[in-house]
Amino acid sequence: MTTAMNSQDGMKKQNGGSVAAEDLVDLKCVFERPQSLSDKPFHYCPGCSHGTYHRLIAEMIDEFGFMDRTVGICPVGCAVFAYEYFETDMIEASHGRAPAVATGVKRALPDRFVFTYQGDGDLASIGMGEIIHAAARGERITVFFVNNGIFGMTGGQMAPTSLIGQKTTTSVDGRDARATGHPIRVCELLSNLEGVAYMARVALTSPKNINTCRKYMRKAIRAQTEDVGLGLVEVLSPCPVQWGMSPGDALHHIEEDVVKEFPPGEFVDKLADPVKA
Amino acid sequence: MDLCQIHADRCKGCELCVQFCPKHALEMSEERNAAGYHPAVLAHPELCNGCAMCAQMCPETGIEIYRRQKRARQDAANQG
Ligand SMILES: Cc1ncc(C[n+]2csc(CCOP(=O)(O)OP(=O)(O)O)c2C)c(N)n1
Ligand code: SF4
Ligand code: SF4
Ligand code: SF4
Ligand SMILES: [Mg+2]
Repeated sequence: MTTAMNSQDGMKKQNGGSVAAEDLVDLKCVFERPQSLSDKPFHYCPGCSHGTYHRLIAEMIDEFGFMDRTVGICPVGCAVFAYEYFETDMIEASHGRAPAVATGVKRALPDRFVFTYQGDGDLASIGMGEIIHAAARGERITVFFVNNGIFGMTGGQMAPTSLIGQKTTTSVDGRDARATGHPIRVCELLSNLEGVAYMARVALTSPKNINTCRKYMRKAIRAQTEDVGLGLVEVLSPCPVQWGMSPGDALHHIEEDVVKEFPPGEFVDKLADPVKA
Repeated sequence: MDLCQIHADRCKGCELCVQFCPKHALEMSEERNAAGYHPAVLAHPELCNGCAMCAQMCPETGIEIYRRQKRARQDAANQG
């Protein structure tokens, strides 16, 4: 945890904006690393939103006061070392099996806040069976799902979520639906299942959308803590390196193209008072 | 003290903070940090209003933001 600098002095020298100098008594830290986020620098590539989503999860754990009773389940994928980045209990699951591990933890220790963190290869390819059944069973777990449309970790292979026409190392001429099918829309697919209490998708492409993501995450957590069912938030996330784009261009690509295939919004909300969050 | 504090050692030079700063207060440094990246710097602190757009977008959570407190608000907080 990076400690905030003591800002008691130095302050009165500050001047500017519309605030008169004599009114200024202190600088307040309004944005810093959440306590639940470890001090360790992320291993992710520049501009990768895995780090952003980690921070938002840590913010939520702080906000709900769950730091001492959280168990996070890590995926296989670029976020395989996610257990390094949270000051909470973490378990590493085998590829795609995080919902099954989370099921066991939550059923054995129902007072814990249990979340999985999963990529699209992890959740929608090898682990599709696990998430479908966890959702159908209505497990009281919260799923933080990172859809970057590619297998990032293994070198940029096509994922079930890759766009039609997307060039990857296993679709060098662009994904062809006749050969490899259509992108799987996870929220649309799972929203049919009774056990799902909350499900939403958001693109992590701007401060405004990041705030929307926080709202969705609060509800996906409440789906668990209020014993309603499974909660899931899918983020549309850039993989600048495997997409071959600059971080800024990768965000534009999401806003221009990815959202057409994966429309953002709330898909399921069975919370008692949906407006509260 | 500047309202926007960038931890140069955490920076990976992605430039998202520069692109999202509505005041154009940030630039990329010519210098390199320990990891070899050109870190972002608050080149124009006088333009910065502490809006935290840069910090929200930083994937490394490498930016802290401070805001000025008015005395009235501070006193109320002390009493409360
Ligand atoms: C059982 C098993 N099969 C395959 C792999 C190889 N593998 C590692 S990560 C990965 C895909 C990761 O993609 P995704 O879940 O989208 O995560 P990202 O890296 O994009 O964040 C695969 C297929 C593995 N580690 N274990
Ligand atoms: S390969 Fe892609 S998903 Fe993995 S850390 Fe790099 S940018 Fe992020
Ligand atoms: S706090 Fe706002 S104005 Fe200041 S550098 Fe960051 S984005 Fe720019
Ligand atoms: S957003 Fe963060 S990592 Fe990217 S350039 Fe700015 S300070 Fe560096
Ligand atoms: Mg992926």
